[in-house]
Amino acid sequence: MARAVTNQRKAINTAAAWIIGLLIFFPILWTILTSFKTEAQAISDPPVFLFFQWTTENYSTVMERSNYGRFLWNSIFIAGGSTILGLIIAIPAAWSMAFVPSRRTKDILLWMLSTKMLPAVGVLYPIYLLFIQFGLLDNVYGLTFILMLINLPIIVWMLYTYFREIPGEILEAARMDGANLKSEILYVLTPMAIPGIASTMLLNFILAWNEAFWTLNLTAAKAAPLTAFIASYSSPEGLFYAKLSAASTMAIAPILIMGWFSQKQLVRGLTFGAVK
Amino acid sequence: MATKASRSAARAMMAPAVVLLLGWMLVPLIMTLWFSFRTYLPLRGGDQGWTGFDNYVRFVTSSSFWPAISTTLILLIGVLVITIVLGVLLAILLDQPMWGQGVVRILVIAPFFVMPTVSALVWKNIFMDPTNGLFAHLWKFFGAEPVSWLSDAAMPSIILIVSWQWLPFATLILLTAIQSLDGEQMEAAEMDGASVLSRFFFIALPHLSRAITIVILIQTIFLLAIFAEIFVTTGGAFGTRTLSYLIFQRVLESQNIGLGSAGGVYAIILANIVAIFLMRIVGKNLD
Amino acid sequence: MSIKRTLLSTVVGLGLTAGIAAADGHSATITIATVNNGDMIRMQGYTDQFTAESGIAVEWVTLEENVLRSRVTTDITTKGGQFDIMTIGMYETPIWGANGWLVPLDDLSAEYDAGDILPAMAGGLSHDGTLYAAPFYGESSMVMYRTDLMEKAGMEMPAAPTWEFIRDAAAAMTDRDNEINGICLRGKAGWGEGGAFITAMSNSFGARWFDMEWNAQFDTDAWANTLNFFKDMMDASGPSGYATNGFNENLNLFNQGKCGMWIDATVAASFVTGDGSTVADSVGFALAPDNGLGKRSNWLWAWALAIPAGTQQEAEAKQFIEWATGKGYIELVAANEGWANVPPGARTSLYENPEYQKVPFAQMTLDSILSANPNESTVEPSPYVGVQFAAIPEFAGIATQVSQEFSAAYAGQQTVEEALAKAQAITDEAMEAAGYK
Repeated sequence: MARAVTNQRKAINTAAAWIIGLLIFFPILWTILTSFKTEAQAISDPPVFLFFQWTTENYSTVMERSNYGRFLWNSIFIAGGSTILGLIIAIPAAWSMAFVPSRRTKDILLWMLSTKMLPAVGVLYPIYLLFIQFGLLDNVYGLTFILMLINLPIIVWMLYTYFREIPGEILEAARMDGANLKSEILYVLTPMAIPGIASTMLLNFILAWNEAFWTLNLTAAKAAPLTAFIASYSSPEGLFYAKLSAASTMAIAPILIMGWFSQKQLVRGLTFGAVK
Repeated sequence: MATKASRSAARAMMAPAVVLLLGWMLVPLIMTLWFSFRTYLPLRGGDQGWTGFDNYVRFVTSSSFWPAISTTLILLIGVLVITIVLGVLLAILLDQPMWGQGVVRILVIAPFFVMPTVSALVWKNIFMDPTNGLFAHLWKFFGAEPVSWLSDAAMPSIILIVSWQWLPFATLILLTAIQSLDGEQMEAAEMDGASVLSRFFFIALPHLSRAITIVILIQTIFLLAIFAEIFVTTGGAFGTRTLSYLIFQRVLESQNIGLGSAGGVYAIILANIVAIFLMRIVGKNLD
Repeated sequence: MSIKRTLLSTVVGLGLTAGIAAADGHSATITIATVNNGDMIRMQGYTDQFTAESGIAVEWVTLEENVLRSRVTTDITTKGGQFDIMTIGMYETPIWGANGWLVPLDDLSAEYDAGDILPAMAGGLSHDGTLYAAPFYGESSMVMYRTDLMEKAGMEMPAAPTWEFIRDAAAAMTDRDNEINGICLRGKAGWGEGGAFITAMSNSFGARWFDMEWNAQFDTDAWANTLNFFKDMMDASGPSGYATNGFNENLNLFNQGKCGMWIDATVAASFVTGDGSTVADSVGFALAPDNGLGKRSNWLWAWALAIPAGTQQEAEAKQFIEWATGKGYIELVAANEGWANVPPGARTSLYENPEYQKVPFAQMTLDSILSANPNESTVEPSPYVGVQFAAIPEFAGIATQVSQEFSAAYAGQQTVEEALAKAQAITDEAMEAAGYK
C-alpha cells in the first residue's frame, strides 16, 4: 500500500526533478542559445532568452578562423586511442587481480591510484624534456600514450570491481570442462564483463577528452585537440561571448551527444561495484 | 584453488600495467627529485648545480605556502561536502517515480561532459561577469547591486563551478546504489512507524556508505589536481591559490624549476597524506 | 601469450608511425605561435596570400595571452623546437636574446628597410644593439575620453593632463543612474594587466620597483601615494568590480558607453572608433597623465615576431617575418580594410604617410610612443630597463603575485598598507631566491 503512489505525489516529484534538472542544465543551454545570438544580443540587458534573431554567423566565423575538423579528429584519436590502448593493458591486469588475488593485490591497486596524485604542473619540465628526447612533441601518438598512462589506474580499478562480481563458480565449471586460460577469457569472462568494459570505456573516453593540461602543453599545431581550439577563443579583444559560446558548443557537442546516447551504459556501469 | 601455473600467468598479465605505471611514476618522480635539489633557473643559464635542501626550505617558508595548503583543503572539502549532500538528495529524488525520468537524468549528468576549461570560461564570462554576466542582469532586475563574484567571493565561486562539474558524477554513482536499496526493508520500517528521517539515516545512508566512499576517493584524486578552473577564472588571485597553482607559478611564471620541483615533492607528500587518511577511514568499505 | 604479442606489436607500431610522422613533417611549412589579438587574427586571414607568393605553408597556433606565454617559454627554455616563429613582447625579447635563444634579425633585406622601424620599438626589441624580434605592432598608452560627456561636465581635456585633472574630471563625469563611470582602468591581477598599468602609473608618482641595489621599494611613500590615489579614484568614479577588469573588460565597457575616460593601450583607439563601438563618433585622445615630476604614466610595448634559434626553417621564417612586418602588409590591409585598421606603432614611414595622418588617433599614438623611454623610465635612477616592467627573468613571476595583492586591496579584502607590505616581502623573497642579494 505504501508503494501505491498517488498521481499527486508523482506530479510533485516530477515538478521538483524537472526544475532541478533544468537548473543544472541551464548553463549549457544558455551557452548554446548564446552561440546563436549576435555579439550585441549576447550581452543585452535585459537578456533575451528565445526571441531573438537567430544567426549562425558565429559558427561560420569560427569555422573560417580555425581548422575545426583537425582539432576534432585529434580529440577523437587521442581520447579513443588512449582508451583502447588502456583497455588492452588493463583487462589482463584486472582479470588476474580479480581471479587470482594475492595478499598484495589491494596494495597494488591503491598504489596504482596513488600515481594519479602526481601534480601535473610539477612534472611538466621532466616530461617535456623526455618528449623532446623521443621526438614526441606535437605528436598524437605521444599524447595518446600519456593520456593512457594517466587514466590507466582508473581503468584497472573499475574493471577490477566489475570482474570481481563475476561469480567464481562459473570459472570453476569452465575449467572442469577443460577450458584453458585463453578460452576462459574469451568465451566465459568477456561476455559477462562487457557491460563493465563498456562503461569503463565511456568514462575513460570522457576523462581523456576533457584533459586540458597535457593536451595543451605538449602540442603545437599538428596534434592539438579541442582543448587547444578553445584556448584561442577564451579572451580576445572586443566582444566575444557569442563566438566563445559557439566555440564552446563545438568543443563539447560531440562528447555531449555521445554521452547522451550511451547514458544507459554509463549509468549502469558507474557502480564501481557499489551495488552488490 | 589457484594453481602455480595460473599464478605465474596472472603475474605475467599484470606485468604490462604494473611496469608502465611504475615507469610513469618513477621516471618523472626521480627527475623531479633531482631538480628539487638543484638551482635550476631556465632563464638564467639553466642548471647551476647542487643546493641541498634550500629549495625545500624556501618553498615552505614562503608566505604563500600555508595559505595555499589551506586553500587546497577548503576547495577539496567544500566540493566534497556539496557534491555528496546534494548528490544524495538528488539521487533520492531521481529514484522516485516520475514522468520523463530519462530526460531529467540526461539533464542532470550533462555538466560532467563539459571540459573544465569550457565550463570555467562560460561561468566566468557569461554568468559571473559583474557587468555583462547573466547574474549581474538578474541582480539588477531585482534592484540589487551586481556582485563581482570572482573577486568578492572568489573561493565560493570556484567551489560552485567545480561542484557543478562533479555533482553529476556523485549523483550517478549514488543513484545506482540507491536503486539497489531493498524496497521491502524500507516498507517494513515504514509500517513500523519509522519516520522519513530515521529511515534515511538508519537504512538508506548505511547502504550508501560504500558508494560515498567511492565518490570521495575518485573526486579527491581529481580535486587535488584542479588547475584549469583557477587559471581561467582568477589566476590565483583573491585567495584562490591552491598548492598545484602555487607550483605552476613557481615553475612557469617565476621560471624556477628547482623551487617548483620541491613544491611538487610537497604536493606528492600532501596527496599521500590525504590518501592514507582516506584509506584509513574508507579502506574497510572497499572490500 | 597472444595478448603480450599484440601489445608488443602495438607499441612497435606506434613507435614506427611516430618516427615516420616526425620525418615527413617539414616540407616548407612553418609553425607560428601567436596571441589571439584582433590584428593577429586579421593577419591569419591574409596568410593565403603569403603562401601563394612564396610557396611556404603556414600552420597557426593561436592561443590566449597567458597560455601563449607559458607555452612558448617552456618551449624556448627546453629548446623544444615546436615553433618556427613565436609572437613575443618587449619583455621577453631582450632576455631571450641575451641567452642566445633567438635568431638575430640583422640580415633582413634592404627592401624590408629595418631602419624604418620606430627607434623606440627597435631599441626595446634588441639586446646589445642587435634586433631579435620584428615588431608587428607597437603601442604606448594614452587617455581616451568621451568628448560629449566631457562637454556635459563643463570641462576641457588638455593635450597633456595631470592626474589631478583626471581625478576631478572622472568625478564630474560619473553618473551612476545612467551607468556611466567617470573612469575605467585595469585592476586585474597579472603582470601584463593591472600590474603593467600600476607600474606605469607609479613612474609618474616618482616610484620605482627597485633601487640601484635591487632592493624592493614598496615601502616608499611614492608607492603608497600611487596605490591610494588609484584606489580612491576608482572607488569614487570607477565601475563596480574594477579589481577584475583588464584590457578587454574595459574595452567592452567603453564601447558600450559606460566609461567617461579610459587610459589604456594606444591600439585600442582603432577599436573604440571602429564598428564595434557605440560611441565611435565622440572619442577624444590625450597623453597619459603626469604629476609634474617629469615622467608620464604611459608604457611602451610591442608584439613582435621572433625566430627561435635551432629552427630548421630559418630562411622561410625570415621570409614570413619580412612579409608580415613589412611595408607591403600595411598597404595590403589599408587597401582592403582602410588605414585605421593597419597595425600601428611599428614603422616611421607609416606616420609620414599623409593618408595615415588623417586617422584621428595617429598623431597622439606617435607622441605617446615617443614620450616613453624604457632606459630611463623612473624619476629616481633604477637598475632595470622597461617602463611597465623590469626586464629581468624574475619579474613576470614577482609582478604577477604583487599585482594579485594589489587586486585584493582594490576589492577591499585588505588595506593598501597590507598589500604594499606583502608586495615588499614577496619581492625581496624572490630577489633573494634569484641570487640578487
